[in-house]
Amino acid sequence: MPLRQLTVCAIVAFTAGLVVASFATFRVFLPGLLEGALVTVEITIGGCVLAVVMAFVAAIAKMYGPWPIRWLAVAYIEVFRGTSALVQLFWLFFVLPHFGILLDPLTVAILTLGLNVGAYGAEVVRGAISSVQRGQWEASTALNMTRMTALRRIIIPQAIVRMIPPWGNLFIELLKATSLVSLITISDLAFKAQQMNATTFRTVEIFSIVLVFYLAIASVITVAMRTLEERAARGIARGRA
Amino acid sequence: MSVPEARAAGEPIVRFDKVTKRYGSLTVLDELNLDIAAGEKVAIIGPSGSGKTTVLRMLMTLETINDGVIWVDGEPLTHMRKNGGLEPADARHLRRIRGKIGMVFQHFNLFPHMTALKNCMEAPITVLKLPKREAEERAAELLEMVGLADKLHHYPSQLSGGQQQRVAIARACAMRPKIMLFDEVTSALDPELVGEVLNVIRKLGAEHDLTMLMVTHQMGFAKEFADRVCFFYGGKIAEEGRPETLFGSPENERTQQFLSAVLESM
Amino acid sequence: MTKLWDWGYTWEILPVLAKASIVTIEATFLGFLLAATFGLLLAILRMSKSNWVSVPTAGFVEFVRSTPLLIQIFFIFFVFPEFGVNLSAMTAGVLALGLHYGTYCSEVYRSGLANIPRGQWEASTALNLSPYHTFRDIIIPQAIPPVVPALGNYLVALFKETPLLSAIAVLELMQTAKILGSENFRYTEPITLVGVFFLVFSLITAAGIRQVEHWLNRRGGN
Repeated sequence: MPLRQLTVCAIVAFTAGLVVASFATFRVFLPGLLEGALVTVEITIGGCVLAVVMAFVAAIAKMYGPWPIRWLAVAYIEVFRGTSALVQLFWLFFVLPHFGILLDPLTVAILTLGLNVGAYGAEVVRGAISSVQRGQWEASTALNMTRMTALRRIIIPQAIVRMIPPWGNLFIELLKATSLVSLITISDLAFKAQQMNATTFRTVEIFSIVLVFYLAIASVITVAMRTLEERAARGIARGRA
Repeated sequence: MSVPEARAAGEPIVRFDKVTKRYGSLTVLDELNLDIAAGEKVAIIGPSGSGKTTVLRMLMTLETINDGVIWVDGEPLTHMRKNGGLEPADARHLRRIRGKIGMVFQHFNLFPHMTALKNCMEAPITVLKLPKREAEERAAELLEMVGLADKLHHYPSQLSGGQQQRVAIARACAMRPKIMLFDEVTSALDPELVGEVLNVIRKLGAEHDLTMLMVTHQMGFAKEFADRVCFFYGGKIAEEGRPETLFGSPENERTQQFLSAVLESM
Repeated sequence: MTKLWDWGYTWEILPVLAKASIVTIEATFLGFLLAATFGLLLAILRMSKSNWVSVPTAGFVEFVRSTPLLIQIFFIFFVFPEFGVNLSAMTAGVLALGLHYGTYCSEVYRSGLANIPRGQWEASTALNLSPYHTFRDIIIPQAIPPVVPALGNYLVALFKETPLLSAIAVLELMQTAKILGSENFRYTEPITLVGVFFLVFSLITAAGIRQVEHWLNRRGGN
């Protein structure tokens, strides 16, 4: 979408102007913010990987599993979609130790975000699998494949292309949600921003730069997704030839 | 080879025994009785809604049966013999019998993310557990038979409709079925591409000992190729017989109406 | 001697949490009101023929949608005092929620408006209706009903994000739970209760939205 590119350029230009205007302060902030950004990226990647795994497991369990497994999947999806990420984060951070499970904050962060976005991802996976034409299932049956074989070799490879745009949106949601981990004392970008703001009170500069950082990471995700989509669509006929 | 044939010589290879299919309150097939002999080529014709495609789809287990039994090669298809009676079949039994049947679809249903060669290799490898080399050889042979030796590594999106359908035929043959089903396989093709597909079917019929069941609108082809023609109307076989008889001097009034309407459109 | 679940403690804190839930509901309601109104304004601005209006609006919407709500909350809470305006935490929070979700709502309105056939606009012009009346009497009454379910979903989403306001110490459910937890050294019951509250509420609302959708589909007949 060219508009998005235009927006990014405009925002970057605006902030660049601000930055130039307060060059000294910018140099002071940058190292700390970069540190925080690194932690944010770390959590984002870890969370995204877990989310994809959980989404596939839950979707397939919900669509094809025996009824106890299906029930488990539905419960997982409803609970993690029905409560907010922050509540889940606090629960896993404050309450788990009480049950004897001690995890470091970073693990809690990745676990929570992965489980949370995974629940939303399950619907994306389910929708994509359902959207594969019925004829593909019928051809697989005619060739005497088991349901799992057909799913694995025929249906899912075709479903993956359709999943990529919605997954792109979910990954960006996960990126935004990482800001919440600053509230359980993880030194991510949001935490660093708060910290620096509390000591220097240069609110506008700090938060503007931080917002641009998030936008930049989000743009990387969007571009990566678009490239992935093009590569995955290679060879596949969109619709019927 | 090691399993004794459950079917005695002379017995039909496919038998529909009082088979009924309903969609809600609509009865699509009404206590159908149909016997197909081994190696026979049967054409099924009739107006839409007469139940002809449903016959094929039930045989391929793409639809369930409401009543009756389908016998394939001497054994029940969707039932198992147990305790002297018949019970609904388990998955293993179903897959064993289903392996004897292959189907070619109206809209080809090729796997778009695989080349023609891979399309024909996939099921032999994952279902028959053939080693890759053997599956590849078999696939290449079949694609050559249908005249596509130079298109092995093309994707379906790069092939014409007629070529795709020929790949679909090769793909079904790769599983070495005893019974092949053709569901209006030329109806979705541009007229000039129909001939190449019919030629392949002719070749298949001549060179292999296949039982072939086809739902078709190609009356000329049915007349020349089929051993028997069944005219379906209202969920039942209204008339059946040798093509010369049925096309030449149809007895049933409905058959006459249908044939004259079809001939008009030719 | 830590119990798995302290029922006595639970009954004790329930009234406190009940009071805090009112703050949560207040924030949700006000925030959504702001979002729904602001979103409509943004959608209408987006439709402007002048690029000077529509492009910056689009840019603004993209920017707000792609950045974290938490940062936006901090931004509003800390920036306004620098310009002499002192906002309470609640006001800042509601403002941020309204801004953030206003952009989501504007997208929903945009698709609703886009689905209005051009003929409606043309008929309004032919009848010489002013833009104000066109929007008020012709376009909006047709555009809104189909998008109500989508707006409802964002209402639920906004409701679930009110705990973010705890970061600027608004005494809603999450903040209250944290305070209770730290005062009594037991977090399990307060946080679990808050979780259950949100779960039950959002399940009920989701079912309610499905009902509205069902009712609209039967009535609209489109």
